[in-house]
Amino acid sequence: MFKKILASNPLIMLIFSAVVLSAPIWLAPFGANYPDLLQKFAIFGIFAVGYNILFGLTGYLSFGHATFLGIGSYTAVWSFKLLTMNILPAIVLAMIVSGLFAVVIGYLSLRRSGIYFSILTLAFAQMAYSLAYSVLTPITNGETGLQVSQQDPRVLDAMAGIAVTDGIPSTNLFGALIKSQGGYYGFYVAAVLLIIAFYISLKIFRSPFGMKLRAIKSNQTRMKYTGFNTKPYLLTAFVISGMYAGLAGGLLASIDPLAGAERMQWTASGEVVLMTILGGVGTLIGPLLGTTLIKYFENIFSALNDSELHSMFSFMPEGLQNIMVTVVSPFVGEGWHLTLGLVFMIVVIFLPGGIMQGLTHLFNFVKRLVGLGGSNKVIDNMAANDTPNNTLNKHKGEA
Amino acid sequence: MKNDNKTPTLDRRGFLKASVATGLAASSPFFIQNAFAKGETFRNAPKAGAKTITLGFNVPQTGAYADEGADELRAFKLAVKHLNGEGDGGMMNTFKPSALKGNGVLGKKVAFVTGDTQTKSDAARASAKRMIEKDGVLMISGGSSSGVAIAVQGLCQEMGTMFMAGLTHSNDTTGKDKRRYGFRHFFNAKMTGSALGPVLKEEMGTDRKAYHLTSDYTWGWTQEESIKETTEGLGWKTVKTVKTPVGAGDFSQYITPILNSGADTLILNHYGKDMINSLTQSVQFGLRDKQVNGKNFEIIVPLYSRLMAQGAGKNLQGILGTTNWNWALTDEGSKAFVKSFGKEYGNPPSQAAHTCYVQTLLYANACEVAGTFYPPEVIKALEGFKFDGMGNGKTEYRAEDHQCFKDVLVVRGNEKPTSQFDLLKIVKQVPRSAVEYDAKIFGGDLGPYKV
Repeated sequence: MFKKILASNPLIMLIFSAVVLSAPIWLAPFGANYPDLLQKFAIFGIFAVGYNILFGLTGYLSFGHATFLGIGSYTAVWSFKLLTMNILPAIVLAMIVSGLFAVVIGYLSLRRSGIYFSILTLAFAQMAYSLAYSVLTPITNGETGLQVSQQDPRVLDAMAGIAVTDGIPSTNLFGALIKSQGGYYGFYVAAVLLIIAFYISLKIFRSPFGMKLRAIKSNQTRMKYTGFNTKPYLLTAFVISGMYAGLAGGLLASIDPLAGAERMQWTASGEVVLMTILGGVGTLIGPLLGTTLIKYFENIFSALNDSELHSMFSFMPEGLQNIMVTVVSPFVGEGWHLTLGLVFMIVVIFLPGGIMQGLTHLFNFVKRLVGLGGSNKVIDNMAANDTPNNTLNKHKGEA
Repeated sequence: MKNDNKTPTLDRRGFLKASVATGLAASSPFFIQNAFAKGETFRNAPKAGAKTITLGFNVPQTGAYADEGADELRAFKLAVKHLNGEGDGGMMNTFKPSALKGNGVLGKKVAFVTGDTQTKSDAARASAKRMIEKDGVLMISGGSSSGVAIAVQGLCQEMGTMFMAGLTHSNDTTGKDKRRYGFRHFFNAKMTGSALGPVLKEEMGTDRKAYHLTSDYTWGWTQEESIKETTEGLGWKTVKTVKTPVGAGDFSQYITPILNSGADTLILNHYGKDMINSLTQSVQFGLRDKQVNGKNFEIIVPLYSRLMAQGAGKNLQGILGTTNWNWALTDEGSKAFVKSFGKEYGNPPSQAAHTCYVQTLLYANACEVAGTFYPPEVIKALEGFKFDGMGNGKTEYRAEDHQCFKDVLVVRGNEKPTSQFDLLKIVKQVPRSAVEYDAKIFGGDLGPYKV
């Protein structure tokens, strides 16, 4: 049955859409169903899905993808300042501009592979960050961040006769305010875009183009010897993932019209790498799982304090409760990085394939437990659909 | 990839049906949200019968300003304790005119949530949004960077939640970026300049050449501007101004050029760990032992705090600057606060702690005066509010820009400290009238009461 589900694109999309759109309901027990975090899940999900197209398929580890996130944000905010508060032009422009930057940076960085490629992208990212932080202050407003103000020209809005008289205007999608419905509207906009982005990624994964990208990861030299020019494919993948990042950046700015240089810092670039590895490199869903986990840690774990821990362990007797709080407290609050680090270590050591590998093991285990024979193959197939290594190594015969 | 003939394909009809079902299921939160929205009159209004209200304290727990953040958090906890009628009451006993009763606010006990701003606008806004959307806070306070304060203040205006700024010294917070929902008790760079000017003239004369190292963000920019205005008004020349990134750690590359610039005064527009590092390194480079243009080389740190003095140690002795408040003040309010804070935590409060404590009490008091938590009414209660007994003498919240006006302290790093906390000596208490300015000079617009 799994095999059938996993082979059918519409069915996958249907399940995926249902899960994403119903997130406000099923995330409620985790205390993560408030609009801001939901929006973050969706937006960074797009970022990670796009990043996975480059890193997951070609194996090229870019350490500078936050650059495109930042460029997308700045472009979007400038679109709010100069053109209109409608988010559609902002998002489209964000994708175009970050795509252009991706062409240039990609063209130069892709002259090298492996660690040299990573270092080049990192260098470009640091350059972009420093530029945004201090040199280009008139465009980026430096550390303070670029914000929308009431006096901005907004040419398109002015032509449409929309005048701003009372405070700072809010972003909208053809009149419907992004912040309406207590912020849930913003989430659904991002969620719909995530679904579209995921669909495109799915299509790429299962296309001849995706296959070529995987071949590059598996053995580029061999490919070149057969007379195959890999450069254009790599550049295309790089630009696509750069545009995904631009889309995510534009969305971040659409939901909260502020762009700051810290969005481009190397830590932000590192975060998306972590998300992808944590979830499972080269798998379709993995990066999304990684995103959810990291953003959850960042927003929920970092906010726990001692009094909340006490109420959490209140079912225990007093003494035990105090011990538990003492043991747990270094790992929450400001110590959330510590927890994340531990989780990351455990995953990398025991599950090099990320959470997705863990889930595959779990499925296998359950299947064997229930006693449905021949299930191993099905699950392997599920992985095979998405992870190139397995495909190439284990299922040569089948393919 | 192989093409399986048995792959089930979903026909269009089935797909549509399923899509509609998914859409309906997904949109249910909309309806829930709508039903909820009708019952309340403003965001996070306490429900009838609710026994507690929640406040959000958003401080830097990591980064260059983490020390200040930790002390702010201590002050917030103390303020909540006092509001709920626990402890010795601290400045609640000296604050007048006070409507506080010591039984919470408007009869509801005060609870709080905390967050880490990481001294980054993005992280601070995410944290503030979590507080507003998830924890249902009525007011957000804290912050130790003006960049963050301005970013969060803008968010609070948009969300219709009160923002009682903590330590933020940039002119922009109540200048060009002022907001109706944001209030600042702390003083600003403009006031620092006005207070410091006469003392500088007296001690260093009118013929000096100044070199600025400036934190590269809104606070640094406006402080540099204000100090430049003051010193150039005295007749000083500005040799050069150099911007340095926040949290740089190593400032040696910025300090070496000073030695050959011909400047005889270094003005450090740095704060927190940045200032500790840049000052320590300047002293190590021998700047203070130098003679330039026949004068002793001097360093000025316009914005001081005791926490920084603790970090910089001996290097700070004899250096001039200003602070909003110091624990060595002897008025009733300061004494009560220092006693209460010392009893709780074993060390005297910093100026950051003081301003955060005062802000929390002022918000609570405004709610009591207004008789409601409804922000527009609370704002009106705060605008133009005059009070005393909070450690700075007679103070007024100016209605035009939500800036507090009060005396400013010019201090000097203590050359003979009697204890590990006795690090700053008050040189002059500059009266409020000397630091006042026209609210219109910075431009900006407060925006609407109702959002």
